[in-house]
Amino acid sequence: MNAPDSTQLKFRDPLRGKLLGERLQQVVSEIGRNPVSVMHVCGSHEQAIARFGLRSAFPRELDVVMGPGCPVCITDVPEVDEAVALALQGVRVATYGDMVRVPGTVKSLADVRGDGAKIEIIYSIEQALQLARDNPDEEVVFFATGFETTAVATASALLGKPPKNFSVLSAHKYIPPVMEIVTEMPGTRIEGFLAAGHAAIITGSGVFDAFVRDHHIPVVVAGFEPLDILAALVKLVELIRDGTPQVVNMFPRCVSHEGNTVAQKQLWEVFAPTGGQWRGIAHVPNGNLRLREEFAAYDTRKRMKIDVSKLWDYAPPKLLGQCICGEIMSGSKNPKSCKLFGKECVPENPVGACMVSSEGSCRIWHQYGGHLDLRGIS
Amino acid sequence: MNIPGLVKHNQRIAMRHGGGGRAMRMLIEEVFMRGATDLAVDGVGLDAMDDGAAIRIGDQYLIVTTDSHVIHPLFFPGGDIGKLSIAGTVNDLSMMGATKLLGLTCGVILEEGLERSVLERVQDSMRATCLEVGVPIVTGDTKVMGKGEIDALVINTTGFALTNRIVRDNGLRVGDRIIVTGTVGDHGLAVMATRNKLELAGELKSDCAPLFDLVQKVLAAGGDGVVAMKDPTRGGVASALHEMANKAGVGVLLMENDVPVSEAARAAGELLGIDPLHVANEGKALIGVRPEVADQVLAALKAHPLGRNAAIIGTAIAEPKGKLVLDTGFGRRLLAEPEGEPLPRIC
Repeated sequence: MNAPDSTQLKFRDPLRGKLLGERLQQVVSEIGRNPVSVMHVCGSHEQAIARFGLRSAFPRELDVVMGPGCPVCITDVPEVDEAVALALQGVRVATYGDMVRVPGTVKSLADVRGDGAKIEIIYSIEQALQLARDNPDEEVVFFATGFETTAVATASALLGKPPKNFSVLSAHKYIPPVMEIVTEMPGTRIEGFLAAGHAAIITGSGVFDAFVRDHHIPVVVAGFEPLDILAALVKLVELIRDGTPQVVNMFPRCVSHEGNTVAQKQLWEVFAPTGGQWRGIAHVPNGNLRLREEFAAYDTRKRMKIDVSKLWDYAPPKLLGQCICGEIMSGSKNPKSCKLFGKECVPENPVGACMVSSEGSCRIWHQYGGHLDLRGIS
Repeated sequence: MNIPGLVKHNQRIAMRHGGGGRAMRMLIEEVFMRGATDLAVDGVGLDAMDDGAAIRIGDQYLIVTTDSHVIHPLFFPGGDIGKLSIAGTVNDLSMMGATKLLGLTCGVILEEGLERSVLERVQDSMRATCLEVGVPIVTGDTKVMGKGEIDALVINTTGFALTNRIVRDNGLRVGDRIIVTGTVGDHGLAVMATRNKLELAGELKSDCAPLFDLVQKVLAAGGDGVVAMKDPTRGGVASALHEMANKAGVGVLLMENDVPVSEAARAAGELLGIDPLHVANEGKALIGVRPEVADQVLAALKAHPLGRNAAIIGTAIAEPKGKLVLDTGFGRRLLAEPEGEPLPRIC
């Protein structure tokens, strides 16, 4: 029972972790600047960093900033409002679990479910299709959120002849453009990116080539085990030290340069990139994925009128004005800077989206004790 | 202090208020503690919020504890509500340092329509566990509620025992070692896997067991060096250790890789996204010992069938007070006090 099994030997070897940590310190010292700031753009990376207490092992001069990597968190308020309004109109709305509790302008889907609206939590789009088949006399709307990973599943479903009473309210987002936005934000200090390994399985590491060429900032694709993250960070700071920005794939057991071309073909056959607001961050050109004209029959926004004006009858919650989720997601602040964090804003009673999702920074920090930097504790 | 999401803000009871974590502690402090010190107790009373009470009688203490059992499903791998209702109360008595068990009471509330054979199976199990421990049920009470007014069967047991030396849950001081008597998370994860119909490789079953005999061996081996005991039930090791650290005004450094977790529980935890440290146990104890007796207590535990997997998992530290620092092998982080058990009606 105490003896590590084979998987742990391979992936969870603290000795290798220690060696990588020392290497990281050495390279950061060689850079000789304080801080050296890098950003990851994936809630699963923050989960792993927090879960394994990696921040306590990072060099003090290395600032690993959380970026806009939580799909639930960056779904914009008006998008939530559209889903809430549809539910209030009597439409059956299916969506992924965490989305239900994300506050819109005045209400979340969970709030209106309490009032009797038909909200269904699903784990895959197949369940949403089944709901449509089971309720042929009703409109079933899939409130589709998530990055290119989940967008591929939505695309695949739409290519497979869905039921006539099924439609998609797309709030899908596309990560590469937001990296440009964050890089170009005034006062930004990001010198390198860790890219999410699972998304890169689909897009391929090559999707970042243009970004590196245009912005001269290195991108390293990383997996999610603690050693994956440490090794990727070592590579990233080496590229920063050497002034040789490039894309490096440190997750080659899953990710290739070209990615999953079949999935990419399906993705772009169904979706087209369009500009859109990311909650709390900015308008991101080409950051949203909308359904192409050929799929208009399945596009909720083209298929029915969505009347969000009814929502203005309610007063918005007072605390929302103090929420700094936007600044946290764009990496300029962390949860400890928020005065609501862990007090008025807790997972059971979230004020902002970052406290709702298991990929949200605030939720993760709260889950792991609320204070993630233990470098001060001996 | 106003904690949002708890009683004062949500004026209704939620499932998490019975989950053994922060929410339940706050509910007890805000509601049941009113009047807890109106009348003096010679010994350990309600205000101590320990595993049970201790009332001085001559040069001894009478230990009293009570526990209601509401688990769903009634029968689960490794146990059932009958075994649980005896073991749970015996364990609370044991955690207070009981050296002689006197007797138990048994109150049951039954749902109209419950099959008599189910009740008989449960009673068989209670009887077998009483025989194993050597403690009689000395009085009882039976009530029936209408169909749908209660779920199947609720059992309350109250236990009585004697000791000359109480072991509290607040006795840690800096440098003390924390021992866990075996693998953690089995009970909660087994119940969870049963409810979710998870098909898992390996055998995942509840650790439900009475610990009285094991604790006698610990007390014999460690003597006065055994300074704190608590059974990590709802909320698991994380919740119980937070309570021990808080009450003692120390921190605890926990070595994650030293915490025994069965392969089956580890797999179920990964699958369900639940940390075994946050999950209920029903046959384990956390024991705080002075460093000089740690090895002999550990050896005594390992020689007992219920303590074979015992391990030293942590040390009491001066700072940060009331908090648990988890060393993952890759770095350190705080281990949060759970809000409540991740799953309701676990025991």
